[in-house]
Amino acid sequence: MDRTGLLRILRQMLLARTFEEAAAREYAAGRIGGFLHLYPGEEAVAVGVLHATEPGDYVVSTYREHVHALVRGLPAREIMAELMGKKPGVSGGMGGSMHLFSREHRFLGGFAIVGETFPIAIGAAYAIAYRKLPEAVICFFGDGAVNQGTFHESLNMAALWKLPVLFVCENNRYQIGTEIHRHSAVVEVYRRACAYGIPAVRENGMDVLAVHGAAQQALRRVRAGEGPQLLEFETYRYRGHSMADPGTYRPAGEVNAYQDRDPIRFLETGLSGSPADRWQAACPGPDCISSFGDYCLAQGHLEEDCFARLEQDTAREVQEALEFARQAPTPDFQDAWAAFTCNRGGERFFEGESS
Amino acid sequence: MTDMLYWQALHRALDLEMDIDESVLVLGEDVGLFGGTYRVTEGLMAKYGEWRVRDTPISENSFTGLGVGAAMLGLRPVVEIMTVNFALLALDALINMAAKIPFMSGGQFPMGLTVRMPGGVARQLGAQHSQRLEHTLMNVPGLRIVVPATPQDAFWQLRQAIHSDDPLIVLEHELLYFRKGQVDETVPPLLLHQAKIVREGRTLSCIAYSRMVEVALEAADILAGMGIDMEVINLRSLSPIDWDSCQNSVQKTHRCLVVEEDCVFAGAGAELVATLQDRCFYFLDAPVLRVGGINLPTPFSAALEAESIPRPDTVVQSARDLVSRAGNTK
Repeated sequence: MDRTGLLRILRQMLLARTFEEAAAREYAAGRIGGFLHLYPGEEAVAVGVLHATEPGDYVVSTYREHVHALVRGLPAREIMAELMGKKPGVSGGMGGSMHLFSREHRFLGGFAIVGETFPIAIGAAYAIAYRKLPEAVICFFGDGAVNQGTFHESLNMAALWKLPVLFVCENNRYQIGTEIHRHSAVVEVYRRACAYGIPAVRENGMDVLAVHGAAQQALRRVRAGEGPQLLEFETYRYRGHSMADPGTYRPAGEVNAYQDRDPIRFLETGLSGSPADRWQAACPGPDCISSFGDYCLAQGHLEEDCFARLEQDTAREVQEALEFARQAPTPDFQDAWAAFTCNRGGERFFEGESS
Repeated sequence: MTDMLYWQALHRALDLEMDIDESVLVLGEDVGLFGGTYRVTEGLMAKYGEWRVRDTPISENSFTGLGVGAAMLGLRPVVEIMTVNFALLALDALINMAAKIPFMSGGQFPMGLTVRMPGGVARQLGAQHSQRLEHTLMNVPGLRIVVPATPQDAFWQLRQAIHSDDPLIVLEHELLYFRKGQVDETVPPLLLHQAKIVREGRTLSCIAYSRMVEVALEAADILAGMGIDMEVINLRSLSPIDWDSCQNSVQKTHRCLVVEEDCVFAGAGAELVATLQDRCFYFLDAPVLRVGGINLPTPFSAALEAESIPRPDTVVQSARDLVSRAGNTK
């Protein structure tokens, strides 16, 4: 990957982190209501995977989807406006944090019921295969979703009809508050794919280039008509399940240890630190991280002040998004009814009906 | 004008729509090679290929959800769920996905999805194969529900459902598939949710849907011999409901009887009675009555099963009861 690509990835990860922390503050200040599920810690997965996609691909995500939407190109200001239930939000204020949609960006939604992304994804993939198009569907889900029936039902159909889907497991080890050893008989999610003959790989989800490489490779196979692929990324969320969850079920040491493995810090260290730092940082996944750091240093992509500049730049973008969202109008019932009926093309239901 | 069985009318509708529009596809259990449990998709796989007529595994929630996802990309899937009893496994796809995605997306994603499913009490299929599900589906904003009672309804309502960009549920009835009736493919059809007066009368109005329309018509014949002139309305749609047609009839007859096969408690009839009572209160000579299924899982034993749902004689009895109530001016 060239310098522009690397810096774009770094910028996306910083933007994601800044956006989510700003959303947390807005929630605390009472400007965002409802449930708010934040992504800090998992940025490498969304950024790495989505940088491997094409504009023609479709993305289906869960309720922890702000960053997927952001990386996919939905404007930060319109996502923030949706989080605040405002009219210019991506879903017109009718969806909220868990239901971001964008036809333009082929973002097929955030879904709030665990396990719903599978059938939506295979449906989109069926339509693509039906029309013989070169597109693919990226289906995000968490480790908790693999015990839903839809996981097994949908993987079976995807494999049976060789549908162009990339299943992406963001394994953050917790289904809300239950640790994976307490919710799954087999804790390596990728191993489950073999029941359906779907090629699957487990990768370090804290290493954005490893994620990116795995996604590129898998998508190449999907596009070559080899059928669905599954990637499992080991990652971690630093916050609780949602803003309503203090996350007390996790030992503090565990959270701290993972924060040390923060993909952003990895990237920063890899790009600017000494080789010793890099080796230390690379402990959990030495091969991937060290090779990534070596690569970046060898290419000499990052200057001293570059990181700070990127930070300022993303902070400005998030600040603009906040100001836009706070000042945006709220929708009224006319907007709600319009959202409900706008696809009817003036269809009349009964004789004598006024519409 | 051709005589057709109800299943043939559905088959003809599917065949015509698939022929006209390549975005129409059919999926469900045994719809392809086998031709459909009630023959509705017979021969379509041979004609249109397996990508357009897809035999699915027994995974109701996911293949219905597959239809939802495909509809988001502009296809017009017609999902067949073998019976409404199995649709209980697909309620997440129907209620949380199909009904809500168009709205939650701010209208960005139309939902040209049609879901066909037969239900009702047939012949000794037991409690798990004899349910009605309209009460549940009616309570979901975003779903539109039609209940064709005749081959003519089946032909046109299925075609219109396929054209719609809202999710449409077509509730068929297991005992209607082999009913014969005339299908006119050329007349301008009734609007999709329009109710139809199938027998004119002056003494009371009877509102029925699906198989209960023929039960009501049989009862009306018996009542005519007793000098009671019952108007019968084939409701054709449960969401939305053609209130104006119902109200016009009730304002003419001043009495109303609702016949449903579903359990009376919290069923479709409860909605009809509550709203008509409200809309027609000052025109009514007696309270609006309901005849419906008893609140019991459907018994297997034939005699008990037959008595668990409305029959012509129970409709006659209720109609006579209604007519005899104080306020009768006839």
